[in-house]
Amino acid sequence: MTPVLEISGLRKTYRSRKGARNALDGFDMVVEAGQVHGFLGPNGSGKTTTLRTLLGLIQPDGGHMTLLGREVPRHLPEVAGRVGAIVESPQFFGRFTAETTLSLLADAGGVDRGRVPEVLDLVGLRDRAKEKVKTYSLGMKQRLAVASALLKKPTLLILDEPANGLDPGGIREMRTLMRDLSASGMTVLLSSHILAEIQLICDSVTIISAGRRITAGSVAEVLARHDSGAVRVRLEPDTDQEEAARILREAGAQVTVETAGQLTVRDVTGPAQITRLLAQREIYLCELTPIAADLEDVFLELTGTTPVEGHHRQVDENALAASQDGWGR
Amino acid sequence: MSLVRAETRRLFRRRLTSVLLIGVVLVLAAFAAGTFASNQKATPAQVAAAKQEAMRQYQQAAADAGVQKLRCQAAAPGSAEAADFPPNCADIYTPRPSEFDYAWFLPETFDLRHEFPEMIALFALLMAAAAYLIGATFVGAEWHSGAMMNLLLWRPQRLVVLGTKLGVFLGWLAGATVLLGAAWAGTFRLIAEFRGDTGGMTSGVWQSFGLMGLRGLGLVLAAGAIGFALASLGRHTGMALGALIGLTAVQIGVYVLAGFSGLQFPEAYLVPLWGYVWLYQREVLEDWSCDGVTTGGGCMPETFTMTWQMAGVGSAVVLAVVVGAAMWAMRVRDVN
Repeated sequence: MTPVLEISGLRKTYRSRKGARNALDGFDMVVEAGQVHGFLGPNGSGKTTTLRTLLGLIQPDGGHMTLLGREVPRHLPEVAGRVGAIVESPQFFGRFTAETTLSLLADAGGVDRGRVPEVLDLVGLRDRAKEKVKTYSLGMKQRLAVASALLKKPTLLILDEPANGLDPGGIREMRTLMRDLSASGMTVLLSSHILAEIQLICDSVTIISAGRRITAGSVAEVLARHDSGAVRVRLEPDTDQEEAARILREAGAQVTVETAGQLTVRDVTGPAQITRLLAQREIYLCELTPIAADLEDVFLELTGTTPVEGHHRQVDENALAASQDGWGR
Repeated sequence: MSLVRAETRRLFRRRLTSVLLIGVVLVLAAFAAGTFASNQKATPAQVAAAKQEAMRQYQQAAADAGVQKLRCQAAAPGSAEAADFPPNCADIYTPRPSEFDYAWFLPETFDLRHEFPEMIALFALLMAAAAYLIGATFVGAEWHSGAMMNLLLWRPQRLVVLGTKLGVFLGWLAGATVLLGAAWAGTFRLIAEFRGDTGGMTSGVWQSFGLMGLRGLGLVLAAGAIGFALASLGRHTGMALGALIGLTAVQIGVYVLAGFSGLQFPEAYLVPLWGYVWLYQREVLEDWSCDGVTTGGGCMPETFTMTWQMAGVGSAVVLAVVVGAAMWAMRVRDVN
């Protein structure tokens, strides 16, 4: 597949009187054509800085970026017409109506104004199109932002937290919309904190922490890479739980005794081996479930942001920052 | 062209633009109506009566002067009465008929030739104030609301975007100023026709009005550009408004410091004076400190003539610095 977005070695340092802060520290990312690509990272990890840099709003200090095969920011004006984007919270001039806001953008971008009602309908704002934006809720502004990004019929759609402020119905509609857009051939880069959504929608992901890529690949690959291979075993009532654990440990498995009648077993060649070993000793199971890692687990593990009881994690605390002093240098 | 069209629509869609333009038109209309109501055209009978009154007052003053001369000549030298008169009785002031203008005795009437320059200045100052505010809010609100960032996502050419915005604003401002200025001149031509005097209106006078009007247009455009540039620099309308307050404080400080340091003509450093000189072509500043320059015991102040060219160069430098800084900031600063 052809990459529509490539970033390599991207650097951005913010300097202030308090010192320098590396927002991006040699970040790399590739998004293939036709994919829905999830872009994940904890707060302050550099997601929005990456997107703003890509879209010409922030000047990088180093690195190489291409969009739709053209180097940016040098050739950004040539490809901007094919890239729809919303960055962070939706921002519009509040005294204009949604219709006016979009028609002004259409004029500025040389897009047919006739498309405005079409995209407003698509995001569910058709009936509120003539109301001033300042009367909109956050979710409605978010819908308007998505409409503005879709106005140019983009080849690549970049959405930063598009589900912010949306109600559950809105989130589901957004998910469907992403799928439909992807099915129509559009490439979507989706930054979000709703990891379950990302797992449902995305074909591939990049995870960033402290301005660096810490993993990337298809969702299945990333999950598989971090699959512990653990299996939850529930024994029949009145079974000798310790005996079962001993049998499995003798076979080389790591066994954790959980609640009564339940074990977590790792490092076995497969569930069949567990059933066979225990059945040979006339111990029978009533449940055998592979424990699959989900994206949230992988995210928390890789970014080092798993909550620890009694500790209030600060936004700059994460796995990479702790080891590499990425912030506040 | 699509960006020009979009920015034109954006400018006129803004409520503040309409409110300020309508406000300016209403103030101008009220002023013109007040001028019309408070003036009247002098009838031949009123002119004759005024001339008669001027002559009567001249004759009265001449008679009084004659009496004073007689008293002077009659006073014995060295007497207390002689002390009230100059040594030479011929030095006693004798009034001349030309010093009694009959116009003083006419009812209030609008003299187009002499009074219209003030109307041009009023128009220019009012338009300049509106231009400053419209320019500042046009770009300031865009930055503050985030609409500028949205626009840059569509047109990632920062200087083109800001330059087009400024160009569209100044273009329409120039058009509106010329249109309103023509209406303003026409209105006062009519007021003079029906409630005043159009005497002495040679082509040279009209040309002079035209040139003053052009300088007024320059003032309006400069005020608009500076308001726009300051708000863009600060990315908020408030920056332009704050700069006005800051300028006032700085001007007071400069004036006071210039006075303390013994600098001559401290008024020359006051920006509002530049505007005045730009419109009225020249202003003579006087230094009354009279350091050893006296004639017959009186003070002969040193003077400095400030011309519209000087004011123009000073203002152009300020304009270039502010607009240049806004463009530079647009080019290099991150949009967060």
